[in-house]
Amino acid sequence: MSGSTRRLVIEPVTRVEGHGKVTILLDERQRVREARLHIVEFRGFERFVQGRPFWEVPVLVQRLCGICPVSHHLAASKAMDRIAGVDRLSPTAEKIRRLMHMGQIFQSHALHFFHLASPDLLFGFDADPSVRNVIGVARHHPELARQGVLMRKFGQEVIRATGGKRVHAIVAVPGGVNRSLDPADRERLRAEVPRMMTWAEDAVALARDYTLEHLEQLEEFGSFPSNHLGLVTADGDLELYDGLLRAIGEDGATLFDGVQNERYAELLAEEVRPWSYMKFPFIRSLGPERGWYRVGPLARLNVCRRIPTPRAEQARRAFFDALGGAPCHVTMAYHWARMIETLHAIEQIERLLDDPDIVGDDLLREGERRDEAVGVIEAPRGTLFHHYRVDANDQVVMANLIVSTTSNNEPMNRAVRQVAERHLAGRTEIDDGLLNHVEVAIRAYDPCLSCATHALGRMPLEVELRGADGALLDRRTRD
Amino acid sequence: MSDTPRAGKPRIATCSLAGCFGCHMSLLDIDERIFELAELVEFDRSPIDDKKKFDGRVEIGLIEGGCCNEENVATLREFRRHCDVLVALGDCATMGGAPALRNDIPLAECLREAYLEGPTVHNPERRLPADPELPLLLDRVYPIQEVVPVDVFLPGCPPSAEAIWQALVALIEGRAPELPYELLKYD
Ligand code: SF4
Repeated sequence: MSGSTRRLVIEPVTRVEGHGKVTILLDERQRVREARLHIVEFRGFERFVQGRPFWEVPVLVQRLCGICPVSHHLAASKAMDRIAGVDRLSPTAEKIRRLMHMGQIFQSHALHFFHLASPDLLFGFDADPSVRNVIGVARHHPELARQGVLMRKFGQEVIRATGGKRVHAIVAVPGGVNRSLDPADRERLRAEVPRMMTWAEDAVALARDYTLEHLEQLEEFGSFPSNHLGLVTADGDLELYDGLLRAIGEDGATLFDGVQNERYAELLAEEVRPWSYMKFPFIRSLGPERGWYRVGPLARLNVCRRIPTPRAEQARRAFFDALGGAPCHVTMAYHWARMIETLHAIEQIERLLDDPDIVGDDLLREGERRDEAVGVIEAPRGTLFHHYRVDANDQVVMANLIVSTTSNNEPMNRAVRQVAERHLAGRTEIDDGLLNHVEVAIRAYDPCLSCATHALGRMPLEVELRGADGALLDRRTRD
Repeated sequence: MSDTPRAGKPRIATCSLAGCFGCHMSLLDIDERIFELAELVEFDRSPIDDKKKFDGRVEIGLIEGGCCNEENVATLREFRRHCDVLVALGDCATMGGAPALRNDIPLAECLREAYLEGPTVHNPERRLPADPELPLLLDRVYPIQEVVPVDVFLPGCPPSAEAIWQALVALIEGRAPELPYELLKYD
């Protein structure tokens, strides 16, 4: 570091909760030399899961993340089905799991949109932080806040009814599930569906109007061309529970398609950089420089050809009509895409609740034991990979996890850098614009830094401007 | 202690150390009662709002997660200094929970597995994460009462929303929480 460089530290959540922070290094002309989002926590799941019996893993790994525990529960279960020699679940078991998964998508997306992101959209990026939170939304937009809380509640109730508990379910076991849906729960949930459908449509409209009204500003904001990755069916439909891997380049050209989950490690690798505990995934054939990609709602809309439920499909078409066709690279369009998926989730929930299999009693399949398996699922935040090897004593001997937020590591770093370049150009002081905009850009990805360790959205920031000798030159804090 | 007591509603602060945020999710699982809670208390620093620092005393502090790095320890001590009643929220805070499964394994082995060994690791220079920006990891994961005195323990992974609600109401009313057995049983 030369004598005239300066270092800015932005600590989202970190100093408070210890999860992530941003540093920006300026050169002597105040240009951004380097901008980094550091993930500062490390858990060691991949090592300490070794030695545990394989049938315990789906329950254990949920403790990676309390915000999307169902995703870990199901990704591990899908791997353990195969370890147990089961390639096809009973219809009831598969539908119970799908229903739980849709409940998870619904609640997680509602949580992010209403509790965490809506204050930015409703009050503006630069609004007074004391109102920019869910309590502020409750004061100024009480009906919207109530809808958000009740939508999240509904999703959590779907998880409880299928999984036994709202947080850290106990239902999926290798080869199936250990309980069916109680018909009384089915009726109760079914009665709520029309209201949830309406609110989900309203939320799509809210996200759409916001995006289109601010499009010029948003197209410039933390946006950049990138590759995209997600699961689709063999026909190319959006598929969140059990699909094939598809990736496209920044021009929309297919990079790979129809890839079986087991082959993920041939196609993907993760670069280790010494300044973060979160690795940097990339597509092997393109290398670490060009192979990074995005996952999550925006990437999923970009890689699929169709959404297999009518209302969400209509919303998807409107999305690409308004934004100039696929692929869309506008980072802030994640919010709109997320609400389209929320609508898809409630449409799927309706279908599944109406399906007679959902209260069936054929729950478990058996097969011939295998040693190694991969389970991949589309978690709310993107593609999630679980890979295990098991020995003759049923103990896990190898575990490899690529959690969704990890795949968005490079994109989040790029967004931070781009925002910093724009806001710091030629300045010697830190302003609130930098704090707010960095925060908003990271939040668009709904980063689940607990999976990768975890910030629950609202990110209080502190920026320190330091000379190369470490002396404090400027500090801005927002409390 | 320099904090001056404040008039008005009691204040609540929350934080997540080495936890999974599931305990915070369970707190949000009180559903509509979150609006009732917002009437009863003032939210101080918490991951669900934008407040970052203590600027006075807080009546109730909820801690999720144990301590796995030096920063967790600093945050926990700050909470203890500012909070009248400190609550260990969930099994991780109470006894380390799932992250403490690493306590039987040398830390170096955990790091090696994650950054050198996995089937998708790309690390030609074989470097482990180590940077002045990354807080030092502790040799093992410590439950919070091994670091500071704790007033109330709410076990469970996570404690149910009902258990959290009843405990909070009792604390807001200045009573010690006494929860029925049904609210404290495990999976
Ligand atoms: S106690 Fe359970 S729910 Fe709470 S933080 Fe720990 S693992 Fe998550």
